[in-house]
Order: sequence, then structure tokens, then C-alpha cells
Amino acid sequence: MKRLATLRSIVIVVAVYVVLQVLISLGLINPYWQQILSFAGIMAISALGLNLIYGFTGQFSLGHAAFYGIGAYAAAYLSKSIQSTNPLILLLGIICGGILAGVVAFLIGLPILRLRSDYLGIATLGFGIIMKIVFDNADAIIPSLGGSRGMTGIPRLTSFAWVFAVFVLGIIILRNLVFSSIGRALVSIREDEVASEAVGVNTTKYKTIGFVIGCIYAGVAGGLYAHLYSFLHPSNFDFLKSIDVLLIIVLGGLGSISGTIIIAFAWTFLLEGLRVILPEAILDWRLVIYPLLLIIVMLIRPKGIFGGREIKFLFPKPESFKTPINRSETSK
Amino acid sequence: MNQTSFNNLLEVKDLSVHYGAICALHGISFELKPGEIVTLIGANGAGKSTTLKTISGLVKSSSGKIKFQDQDLNGIPAHKIAGLGISHVPEGRKPFSNLTVYENLRLGAYNTNNKAEIDAAMTRVFESFPRLKERLAQSAGTLSGGEQQMLAMGRGLMARPKLLMLDEPSMGLSPILVSEIFAIIKEINEQGTSILLVEQNANMALSIAQRAYVLETGSIVLSGNAQELREDPKVKSAYLGE
Repeated sequence: MKRLATLRSIVIVVAVYVVLQVLISLGLINPYWQQILSFAGIMAISALGLNLIYGFTGQFSLGHAAFYGIGAYAAAYLSKSIQSTNPLILLLGIICGGILAGVVAFLIGLPILRLRSDYLGIATLGFGIIMKIVFDNADAIIPSLGGSRGMTGIPRLTSFAWVFAVFVLGIIILRNLVFSSIGRALVSIREDEVASEAVGVNTTKYKTIGFVIGCIYAGVAGGLYAHLYSFLHPSNFDFLKSIDVLLIIVLGGLGSISGTIIIAFAWTFLLEGLRVILPEAILDWRLVIYPLLLIIVMLIRPKGIFGGREIKFLFPKPESFKTPINRSETSK
Repeated sequence: MNQTSFNNLLEVKDLSVHYGAICALHGISFELKPGEIVTLIGANGAGKSTTLKTISGLVKSSSGKIKFQDQDLNGIPAHKIAGLGISHVPEGRKPFSNLTVYENLRLGAYNTNNKAEIDAAMTRVFESFPRLKERLAQSAGTLSGGEQQMLAMGRGLMARPKLLMLDEPSMGLSPILVSEIFAIIKEINEQGTSILLVEQNANMALSIAQRAYVLETGSIVLSGNAQELREDPKVKSAYLGE
């Protein structure tokens, strides 16, 4: 049963990849849309991280873009200084970006994760604003980071294949983490921190673990992003970008991996698609359409499209996480 | 010899707790012998819940000693105290609302990975609370108040504690449910779990406890045999409304 589910997942992943690659080689997805596809994947990776922090652990963070930026600048700095177009530089870059984002998250998380709900939101927001200013002035310390003029000359190494690989790996890691004893601890913290502590969960430790891993996702996504457009600007990592990611996970449903993925792609393609569909004169209205959509979804489905559920076909629960339905099963 | 080397399962000595500048407990002392039901009764704000929270490590004491099975609990974090055999069923039940009854119970046994042990604990919980078994797949937030109380107690029992601390199990429940819950508490105790019970419903608490302590604004003002306290004129007028 378990093997069958694993096999099915592998088949789905390979099939999706092959179909997309065929469409690309046939020229049905032109380079512009390829880039959008990669960008959507990157947003999805970053959103999966925030969903771990907010959706599963319940820690409200408004500073996700800062960690995304840390990963982007770290990875870009590395590949720019090495001056090589070897794709493995990208791998090294995203690993370093992820690690740096994780280390910063750990140092920041230790003091601020003591705060709850809104207070934590404000503290992470503050951190995000500080990081934006740091990016703006980074050229004062390291000139190649470009500061507010932006960072140029980053090798364009991110291909759709890279994004797809990291994206799939990110899903697998997150899924296995959620269905582990760590996952149980994270969800119990979200549900009730006091009760969680009372049943023996080391809440400080697990909140930190959730936050750090979530920020590593942001850092890795940032590293991919830097090498996708080969240009970085501090305005790409400001507070509003944190809101974008938050919007994706709230729309998709907090604590839903399927929801995050679907909405990350839908949201990116909606924004770009409207650019194509809408006539020039009302192009700017697309920025009104998606907040409207958010309001409508919140009215119709207050818990997001998926509301904490998963597409069972793609994310089957392991046996040990299933609630036994047949009563006789438990009394054995 | 080793097993019986301690007379008291729990021993609290001169315990003081401050919330900022406010003193919530002024050096209280009490003990609980293995197998006992001991109750702390008192009015709102007397420090009953604070006492339980301090024992389970959720609140830090400012001075005094708490000993559990002759082990000093001072400085041990809450999640480790839960692993020593003290289960705290917090006030207001605090279920994990979006999780199913089964998942709630499963989390109660967070300290162990042993499947057989978890199954045995769950079977025992179902013996005390057959209602939970019927509602296994329901999310905890949709249970009635009485069922949530049962779930909170069941979750506490999943860790197979030596000492179960119950904070206001009667809160917001109908009189029939209250007596049902108290009958179950007594039964759990008879099966060998010691119980420290905090209650506003003094009459009920005194009827099942062996000994009782009366708390008033952070100090113990009376203590003794539960039956005798029930007859005490001071207790009668202040807490039993007679």
C-alpha cells in the first residue's frame, strides 16, 4: 500500500516534468512563460516555508521576504565572485543562501519566538524593514551587492529543471516533516501552546525548528530567484513581498501543502495572465483584481481553498497518522 | 525499599510565586501521599491554578521547593516535568481544536514512541471514557463541553501519569455531568493514579478527596481531612454556601 503510494507519486512527478519539458521543446511554452513558470515554482518553494512557520506551527511571520532576500544576495554574491557559469555554482549558491537564511532565522528566532501572534508579527515585520534597509545600503560594505542601485551581473543559471528539482525536493522534505513526531509537535503548538507544553512538547525548541526550516526554504527560493533574472533590487524584498507569500498560503489554506502549491502557481499566472488579457488602458487594475479575489475567497471559504486539508491522492497520510475509523481497530 | 522510600509523592514547601510585582502565592506548603486525592479549594484568585502551573513548570516559582518522588523539580522545564509522571489538565480544557479526538489522545503520549504502550494507554482511557471512543474521528473543537473535559483528562492519562493534576474539571458543566466527571475521577484514582484536584465546586471536591487545603489570597488558611473540613463552620459559610 505504502509502496504503491510512493510509486504513484514518482509517476506523477515524472509525468508532470516530461509534459512540461515536451511543451517547452515544442515551443508551446516560450522562454517568457518558462521564466514565469520558474518564478511560480520559486514562489511555491518560499510559500511552503511560510506555511510551515504560520500554517503548521502557527507562528505569524511578516518577515519572510527578508529571508528570501538574504538567500538571494548570499547566493548571488557567491556566484558573482566565483565568476563561473558551471551550474553547480547554483547548487552551491542556493545551499549557502539557505544556510545563511537559516542561521539568521535561528539568531532572530531565539529572542522573538517568545512573542505570540500579533506581537510576533510586528517583530518579524520590524526585522523585514531592517533587512530592506540593509540591502539598500549593502554596497557601503560590499560594493558588488549594489545597494539601492541594484545588483547586476549575476550569472543566469536557474533553469526550469533546477526549479522543478528543488521544488519537488522541498515538497518531499516538508511532507515527511509534517508526518513525523516533529510535525505532531508543530501542529500541537499551533493548536494550543500551553496544552502542548503540558503534554511534554518542548515548545521553544520546536518553534525554533519550524521557523528555521521555513526560512531555509525562503533562502533557497531566493538563491534560485537571483539566478533567474540575474538582477536583484532591494525593492524585491520589501514588506509587500512578504505579504504576497502570506496571501498565497492564506488563500491556499493554512496547513495545506496542496493548497500552497496550487495557489502559488495560480496567483503567479493570474498576475501575468491579466497582463496579457487586459487592455493597455486598464492594465494597472490587475493589482486591484487580486485583493478583490482575496476578499471574495475569505468570504466564501474563510479557511482558504483547502482549509488545512490535502489532496489525498497526492499526499496520503501515513498509517500512524490516520485516525482509526473502525472502533475495533483501536481497542485491539 | 527504594519504591517506598518516599512518604510523599509530591511535597511543596514554602512555595512563593510572583507575577511581576504581584505576589500570587505566599509560601504555601502541602503534600500528597501516593494514592491520595488531595483537593485545593478556594475562591477566584486564591492561587489554585497558579499552584498547579508552578508544579508543572508552566510558571516559575520565586522561592520554595517542589519535590516529586524525592526529586527536586526546581528549574526543570515543563516538557520534562510532563515526562516524569505528572500530567496537568489545564483550566479551560485547552483541546487541540482542529485535531481529531484520536490525534489529541496521541499527542498526550508525546513522550513515548512505543506503539504497544500507546495502545495500552488508549485502551485504558476508553475504559474510563467510552464516549471518546465513539468520537475518535471528530475534531476536538466540535465536542460538547463535557466531552472536551473528558478529552482533556483522557489526554492527560495518555502519558500514564503517577500524578494527575486537574484544574477546575467542573467548569461550565451541568450538575449531572459534574457528578459523572467526579465519579470517573474517583475511579481513575482507585486504579492507582494519585490526584491533585483544584476546584471551585468545594462540595463536590470535598466529597471525593481524602484531604483538602483551603487557599485564600495565596496562603493556605485551613487544611485537613476532607470530611472534617466539610463540616467546618468556616468552610461551610465561605465555600459551601450553607
